[in-house]
Amino acid sequence: MLKNMIQTSRLKSPWIIHFDCGSCNGCDIEVLACLTPLYDVERFGVVNVGNPKHADVLLVTGTVNHRNKHVLKNIYDQMPNPKLVIAIGACGLSGGVFREAPNVVGGVDKVIPVDVYVPGCPAKPEAIIDAVVAGLGKLAELQKQAAI
Amino acid sequence: MKTLDTITVTPETVVGEVAKLVTSGWRMITMSCVDLSPEQFEVLYHFDKELAETHLRLTFPKGMAIPSVTPTLFMAVLVENEIKDHFGVCFDGLPLDFDGKLYLEEEVKATPFCKYSTGTKQ
Amino acid sequence: MARTIIPFGPQHPVLPEPIHLKLVVEDEIVKEALPQLGYVHRGLEKLTEIRDFNQMIQIVERVCGICSKIHAMCFCQGVEEMMGIEVPERAKFLRVIWSELHRIHSHLLWLGLYADAFGFESVFMQFWRIREKIMDINEATAGNRVIVSVNVVGGTRADLSPEQCNWILQELDWVEKETKRLQAVMLDDYTVKKRTVGVGVLTREQAYALGAAGPTLRGSGVAQDMRQFKYAAFDKIDFAPVTAPDGDCYSRGKVRFLETLQSVDLVRQAISRMPQGEIATKFKGNPEGELVTRVEQPRGELLYYLKGNGTKFLERVRIRTPTFANIPPLLAMLPGCELADVPVIALSIDPCISCTER
Repeated sequence: MLKNMIQTSRLKSPWIIHFDCGSCNGCDIEVLACLTPLYDVERFGVVNVGNPKHADVLLVTGTVNHRNKHVLKNIYDQMPNPKLVIAIGACGLSGGVFREAPNVVGGVDKVIPVDVYVPGCPAKPEAIIDAVVAGLGKLAELQKQAAI
Repeated sequence: MKTLDTITVTPETVVGEVAKLVTSGWRMITMSCVDLSPEQFEVLYHFDKELAETHLRLTFPKGMAIPSVTPTLFMAVLVENEIKDHFGVCFDGLPLDFDGKLYLEEEVKATPFCKYSTGTKQ
Repeated sequence: MARTIIPFGPQHPVLPEPIHLKLVVEDEIVKEALPQLGYVHRGLEKLTEIRDFNQMIQIVERVCGICSKIHAMCFCQGVEEMMGIEVPERAKFLRVIWSELHRIHSHLLWLGLYADAFGFESVFMQFWRIREKIMDINEATAGNRVIVSVNVVGGTRADLSPEQCNWILQELDWVEKETKRLQAVMLDDYTVKKRTVGVGVLTREQAYALGAAGPTLRGSGVAQDMRQFKYAAFDKIDFAPVTAPDGDCYSRGKVRFLETLQSVDLVRQAISRMPQGEIATKFKGNPEGELVTRVEQPRGELLYYLKGNGTKFLERVRIRTPTFANIPPLLAMLPGCELADVPVIALSIDPCISCTER
């Protein structure tokens, strides 16, 4: 029964962690804007946490560079399974305008597997909320697989 | 064509000139490094005093270490480390030296901002 | 007493961005702080070799999303000066309007994060609620919420209709009213004062010698603001820098709070004095020569050193951002403070790491 409860609450109230990987802040403040009164995702049970070990969903914004890719990998590894990764913004997808800059590796998917991609420069709060909702479908699937 | 009014300094006189400006109340804004040619770098020191600007220009051959102004002016510490990261310019007597690793990890090509050739990194 | 090194960041709940500070502590008291940067470094000054000066506007806007408009304005002013382009009066006023709107949203954002850092989450929510109005204005007038991208070399890309101006004025009345409601909390509240007064003191001499910029400098009593330079349309707008004397976190917060209200007034002045006319000048040719331009960002003084060589690719673009200048003062503020005050002090310089590292 406890297992059932965890499985339901994980989908009904996903906890997110946000990591800025080298974005220009545009996407970061849009992620934060999701939590504030106008969009207020907390009313859907989405909580922003600071500790990767508490989180179900990892939101990554910005390009990966040679220094922060270790940090990103570390945070991803610390998160418990099943977990979901959402890459936000043009930079997180492919490197965006910084693609050719000297210290840029590229998109987030060069380092960790990504489940949902959110385009936009910067991505709008509506799009980010939509992405989390779309990702929950995948989280449910992952959960089912893990249960078997 | 716009040009910048600058005071030309040499590696021997730069620390003295900076100290002179600081004692007469000028505030350092930053330094800029430019890759002039395959042989030469140029470092500009930008100063400000009540909205007026003055600039020192230091041109020196690549591979040469120039004296650090950080002991005179602590705010230059990050700027000099940044130039060392980007261009591989060596600063003599730089306290708190990140040794070219302020921004960059080992796997990045050394001195990514150099246009013409790679400066020597000691 | 044994010394312990406590890492602060790069992933820390109060910091929206990654910066790593190594804090050497003795008991609860910080003795020394060492920064470790590079988590957001991209090296975008180098992109000037493959992007021409018109495309570089899009790149420099993404140095920092929060003050993107002001980065682009500084870059355009530099290129215009180099090429001898006369910008139409109306475009200058439009630039002031958007840059002051950016300052309002940046300061409101910071006030929110700052409140969050000393544990006042409801004030964080209140400031961000007010800030959404500015985002609406940006979206309605320029088409994007954060990166508005209104500057082009020679003027601006978008214009404001009289209806839009009226609407902006109405919305700003609301923003001003709501912000003033929070004045009692930010400036007079006992608990807030307990957390901020006398914390992280930077004296006037230190601030000047360490090259502090913007509200960090003005919070220590030095009245220096690049808007006194009268760039864009500031020559036709009444302006005086806001200062506070004490150099602690409270002073820096007070400067930013009062600047928010001042910026509302500056937008009103700009809208009322804006002339009719063209919004962009046509031009030919490529930039040549070298120059330094400076403007005031929400976080302080922004310097661009540009060098052109007569081709469409600029030879060197050097960006000195205010947070880069404010890190040495931060290192001077931290020794002697308690570990619990570190988040408040670190936030009090309004760190923008993507600016710092570029």
